[in-house]
Amino acid sequence: MSILKVNKITKSFGGLTAVSKASLELEKGELLGLIGPNGAGKTTLFNLLTGIYVPDSGAINLFREGEEVALHGLRPHNICKAGLARTFQNIRLFKDLTVLENVRIAMNKNIKYGFIPSFFHLPSYRWEEKQSIDDSIELLKIFNLDDKKDELAKNLPYGEQRHLEIARALATNPKLLLLDEPAAGMNPAETENLTKIIGEIREEFDLTILLIEHDMSLVMKICERIYVLDHGMVIANGTPEEIRSNKRVIEAYLGEDINDA
Amino acid sequence: MKKLIGLGLTYAIVQILIMTNAITGYLQATLVTICINIILAVSLNLITGFTGQFSLGHAGFMSIGAYVCALITMRVPTVYGFILGVLLGALAAALVGCLVGLPTLRLRGDYLAIATLGMSEIIRIIFLNMEITNGAAGLNGIPQFVNWTWLFTFTVGTVLVISNFIKSAHGRACISIREDEIAAEAMGINTIKYKVVSFTIGAFCAGIAGALYASYFYFLKPDLFGFLKSVDVLVIVVLGGLGSISGSILAAILLALISSYLQSFPEIRMILYSLTLIAIMIFRPQGLMGSKEISLSVFSKWASGLKSKRGRV
Ligand SMILES: Nc1ncnc2c1ncn2[C@@H]1O[C@H](COP(=O)(O)OP(=O)(O)OP(=O)(O)O)[C@@H](O)[C@H]1O
Ligand SMILES: [Mg+2]
Repeated sequence: MSILKVNKITKSFGGLTAVSKASLELEKGELLGLIGPNGAGKTTLFNLLTGIYVPDSGAINLFREGEEVALHGLRPHNICKAGLARTFQNIRLFKDLTVLENVRIAMNKNIKYGFIPSFFHLPSYRWEEKQSIDDSIELLKIFNLDDKKDELAKNLPYGEQRHLEIARALATNPKLLLLDEPAAGMNPAETENLTKIIGEIREEFDLTILLIEHDMSLVMKICERIYVLDHGMVIANGTPEEIRSNKRVIEAYLGEDINDA
Repeated sequence: MKKLIGLGLTYAIVQILIMTNAITGYLQATLVTICINIILAVSLNLITGFTGQFSLGHAGFMSIGAYVCALITMRVPTVYGFILGVLLGALAAALVGCLVGLPTLRLRGDYLAIATLGMSEIIRIIFLNMEITNGAAGLNGIPQFVNWTWLFTFTVGTVLVISNFIKSAHGRACISIREDEIAAEAMGINTIKYKVVSFTIGAFCAGIAGALYASYFYFLKPDLFGFLKSVDVLVIVVLGGLGSISGSILAAILLALISSYLQSFPEIRMILYSLTLIAIMIFRPQGLMGSKEISLSVFSKWASGLKSKRGRV
C-alpha cells in the first residue's frame, strides 16, 4: 500500500533544473534510501515534499487512512499537519531555546486551548502544558536527551543536535519521516548508535522513512529500497543489490566507487 | 505570592506618596510617562523581541487608541465612557493591526520596517485631515480620568497578559518564528497566523497606552505620534533587551528618569541623552537584560552563590 506518490515533479532555479520530472513511490512502513552525487537535487526534492519550495509542475499525493491528500501547493505547516516531518541537512534547531522547548514547539498541534486561556493561564492551559511537558520528556528519553532538557540547543554536541532534530520531527507525530543526511559528521560509533535509534523509532512510531545519506554502508545496510538521483532525475530504483550493480548508477558515481562501502 | 505582595506594596507606596503630595505635578507626569512607555515597550517587545518582526509602526497604533478614547470620553464624560473609550480604542488599534498585518507580515526585515513606518504615517495623515479629530490643531480639553489606580491596573494588566502569553504554546510559536522561520513552518507552526496574532496583540496594548495618554494629558495632536515616537519605543525595547519583559520595564523607568533629570540642562539635554544611549549600547550591546528576565529566584540564586563563594574562601 503506498503512502506517498510523487508524480513527475520539476523545480528549476533560473536556468538550473534542480529536480527534473522526478517520480517516486513510498510503501507504507518501508525505509527508503535516496542517494545521488553532490548537487543531484536530493535536498531540493525534500524541500518540494515539505512545501518549502512549490514545484513548477507535477503532483505530490499522500495517502492516509484510505484518503488521498494533495500536498503540492500546501504551505509547509499544513504538510506537517498532514503527517510529513523532516530534519535538515544544515541543522536548523531553535538554537537559543532549550532542548525541551525545541520539542514542545513541535508538539503545538496537540494544543487545543485558545488565546484567552493563554492570557490568563486558565485551568485548560495548566493541564495541557503539563501534558506537553510530560510527552516531550518521554520523547527525549528515547534519545537520552532527557537529562539535558534545560540546556540550550546550541550548546549540545553536534551528534546530539542531530538527535534532537529527529526528536523534534517526531514530536509532530508524523506518518512519514524525511531525514536529510542524519549521519553527516558522525564518527562510526555515533553512526552505529543512530542506526539503532532509527530502527527503534520506526517500530515504535509505525513510521515510513525516507532517508538521504552519503554514508553508503549505512544506506546499504538499513534501506530496503533505494532511489538514485542524478542531475535532478531519478536514474534508478531497486534493492541495495540491484543498485550496487546498476550501470547508470556506477556511471553517475564515476570517480567515487559505490562499491567502496 | 511574593509577586502579589510586591505589586500591592508598589501600588500602596505610590498611592500614599501621591495622597501626601510627595509626588506632585511634574513627577506625576513622569510616572504616567513611565507606565505608558512600559505598556508600549512590552507590547513592541512581543512583536520585535519575541516574534522577531521589526516594526516601526507603534506610534500609529497608539494614536488610534488615543483618538478613539478621546472622542468617546468627550461625548460621554463619565468613568464608564472612559473605560469604554480605552476598550474601543484598543480594539480599533488591534483591528487596524490585524488588517495591516495580513498583507505586510509577508515581508521581512527592513522591508517590514518600512511598510509599518508607512502605515503609521498614513494613520497620522488621516488624523491630520479628518474633521472629527480637528486636524493639525488637535483635540483639546479631553476629560481627565486617568489616576494612579487606573494607570497601575492597566500597566500591570498588560504586562501580565503579555508575559503569560509568551509562556504559552502560542507564545512559543511566536518565539520559534524569531528563531528560525523555515524550521517553525516545517514543524507545523502557521507562521503568518502567529505573526498577525503578535502584531494584533501588540497593537491592542499600544491602543491602551494611547488611550491612557489621551485621558491624562487631555490634549492630542497628530504630530505627537510621528516617526520619532515609534523610534522612542524601539529604543526602550532594544536598550532593555530584545526578548526581555523585565528589560523593557527597567529601560522604560531608567530612560524616563534620565530624561527628567536632564531637564535641568535644557541646551545639551538631547546630546547627553544620546550619549547615554550610545554608552549603554557599547557596554551592553545585547541590552540591559539580554533576553533574560529578572525573577525572585534569580536573586536568591545570586545570594546563595555569594554565600557559597564566601564559604569556599
Ligand atoms: N534556492 C536555490 N537557489 C538556486 N539554486 C539552488 C537552490 N537550492 C538548490 N539549488 C541548486 O540545485 C542543485 C541541487 O541542490 P541540492 O541541495 O538539492 O543537492 P543535494 O543532492 O542535496 O546535494 P548534497 O549532497 O550536496 O546535499 C544544486 O546545483 C544547487 O546549487
Ligand atoms: Mg543536500
